[in-house]
Amino acid sequence: MGVYEILQIIVPSAIFFAAPLIFTALGGVFSERSGVVNIGLEGLMVIGAFTSVVFNLTFADRFGEFTPWLALVMAMIVGAVFSLFHAVASITFRADQVVSGVAINFLAIGLSLFLVKKMYGKGQTDQIQVGFDKIDIFGLSHIPVLGPLFFSNGYIPSYIAIALAFVVWYILFKTPFGLRLRAVGEHPMAADTMGINVTKMRYIAVMISGALGGIGGGVYATIISRDFSHATISGHGFMALAAMIFGKWHPLGAMGAALFFGLAQSLSIVGQTIPFLKNVPTVYLLIAPYVLTILALAGFIGRADAPKALGTPYVKGKR
Amino acid sequence: MNSTRFTNFFVPVFAVLLGVIAGSIVMIVSGYNPIAGYSALLYGAFGDSYYIGETIRQTTPYILAGLAVAFAFRTGLFNIGVEGQLIVGWLASVWVGVSFDLPKVIHLPLAVLAAAAAGALWAFIPGFLKARFKVHEVIITIMMNYIALHVTNAIIRSVLSDKGFKSAKIHESASLQSEFLQSITDYSTLHYGIIIALIGAVVMWFLLEKTTKGYELRAVGFNQHASRYAGMNVPRNIILAMVISGAFAGVAGAMEGLGTFGNISVKAGFTGVGFDGIAVALIGSNNAFGIILSALLFGALKVGALEMPSSADVPTELVDIVIALIIFFVASSYLIRLLLSRFKKEGK
Repeated sequence: MGVYEILQIIVPSAIFFAAPLIFTALGGVFSERSGVVNIGLEGLMVIGAFTSVVFNLTFADRFGEFTPWLALVMAMIVGAVFSLFHAVASITFRADQVVSGVAINFLAIGLSLFLVKKMYGKGQTDQIQVGFDKIDIFGLSHIPVLGPLFFSNGYIPSYIAIALAFVVWYILFKTPFGLRLRAVGEHPMAADTMGINVTKMRYIAVMISGALGGIGGGVYATIISRDFSHATISGHGFMALAAMIFGKWHPLGAMGAALFFGLAQSLSIVGQTIPFLKNVPTVYLLIAPYVLTILALAGFIGRADAPKALGTPYVKGKR
Repeated sequence: MNSTRFTNFFVPVFAVLLGVIAGSIVMIVSGYNPIAGYSALLYGAFGDSYYIGETIRQTTPYILAGLAVAFAFRTGLFNIGVEGQLIVGWLASVWVGVSFDLPKVIHLPLAVLAAAAAGALWAFIPGFLKARFKVHEVIITIMMNYIALHVTNAIIRSVLSDKGFKSAKIHESASLQSEFLQSITDYSTLHYGIIIALIGAVVMWFLLEKTTKGYELRAVGFNQHASRYAGMNVPRNIILAMVISGAFAGVAGAMEGLGTFGNISVKAGFTGVGFDGIAVALIGSNNAFGIILSALLFGALKVGALEMPSSADVPTELVDIVIALIIFFVASSYLIRLLLSRFKKEGK
């Protein structure tokens, strides 16, 4: 097996596994850049996955091939609404943001399984019938060597995810909105003095993270698991959180890290078919994202500095 | 009773009440009968001696997991990695349980100590990284959870079994199971672990409240700068606090390994006990005695929930929703404190 054939297996599947992580990690970037820790990404993905699968199963007959897209929109909306729990608790009621995030995770899995049992009478939904089609990107797929690797036979949401990382970068670093959002996360009192509504900015940021986490979960459920059960989202939200930190709270860094973690995930699954990886125990690939994140945080791979006001509720008039 | 102790007591009670009320609203909205649901839960938790045995058995690891989280909280740390420390503790206890043949007086303590050591080691890493590099322990402990899960599964597959899905049963000499306790509870899975858990609670109380070291650990948690100025070694205290917390978590794993299951099997996901430990600690106000009560509450909720589908047709997940909401309400204690202070003002 030549190197090119191996790449042809690895690269598309890495992008395939990375897409949900990219969406969710970008959501995390919004929330944490505004100063709100979001451990609840896992729960937001769960809610997104649940919503998209249920929508898909219920409306597949009516909307046909548009179903998965509408399901993603629903996942986005429900994710944003669900994240309000986190926003209200951690911004308005000054709850410990980590504890509130833990509660989000508990609530998401409890509520969605409760509803699955209520609606379907069993702990797991059926398989969805309408998914996304694989496409070749017009023009780009004909580029020699690179075309078949990166631009052929992929899912549209994967390409949207990568494009979105650049959009988020533009929003955060090139627009007034982005500047305000980052200011709120670095020094809320200064931002408040300059007339920025800290509470409003943080609410918006947390809701965007809910929307993107919802999409991430929806994408995962629609293209990877294709059904919903208690084990559908098992740690992907935390992996997205890791990607965000490994990417140093930067959208493009988060995307790069998510792609890398997608690679590690795909290697742990397709690795058995590749000669020189056959003898590497999969456990090394499974723990690679987490070990790398720890090393990055400990400063072995450059410094990763969190936004300064991360995790602290803003109380007006208090120094 | 002074005012802060009053609120410290009432915030968790209020949160539990609000959680239970919210749970009944969920049941009403989704077309279930909340009275039938909660009475099924109560019966399933305390209805007869079998259920009581199961509830106490479930309470056992909750007490230790709660102590682990609370010990870290009291020393200014957030150990969200109790789950991972519990899993490696479980693995270590079973490993010792199957690989040695020793008299019970040596074997059983050895297996429990191995679990404590494994949990402590797993917690040492985040403690060290926090003390040395000032890395926040929350993220590291989350990552360590996943590393624990995957590494444990790999060891079960390759070392403790021949590519199988579970280890052999531990030897009788390392077992916490008790025919006596089983027979008085209509053959539930109750085991001697509850005694270890209660001792654990006393140990935590004594360590934190009655020893110089405990005072130091708490001081470092309150204010690192002041502690350093007073001559305390801040990094060493941070590591020590994390290690002790991890040891409690490891022993919680031993309760599952030596008591409830007697082996360890490959896990698709987390046990959840470690995460529930966060709720236990919060409801117990991080106080050793409070934790015993709140662990009993959560043990009863979890075990009682199993009775809900058959007698009231309510999915067991309702209890997870209630637990999540209780955590929310405790976390948002600002809201409850605000309400309490309003009530007090009106009373005057």
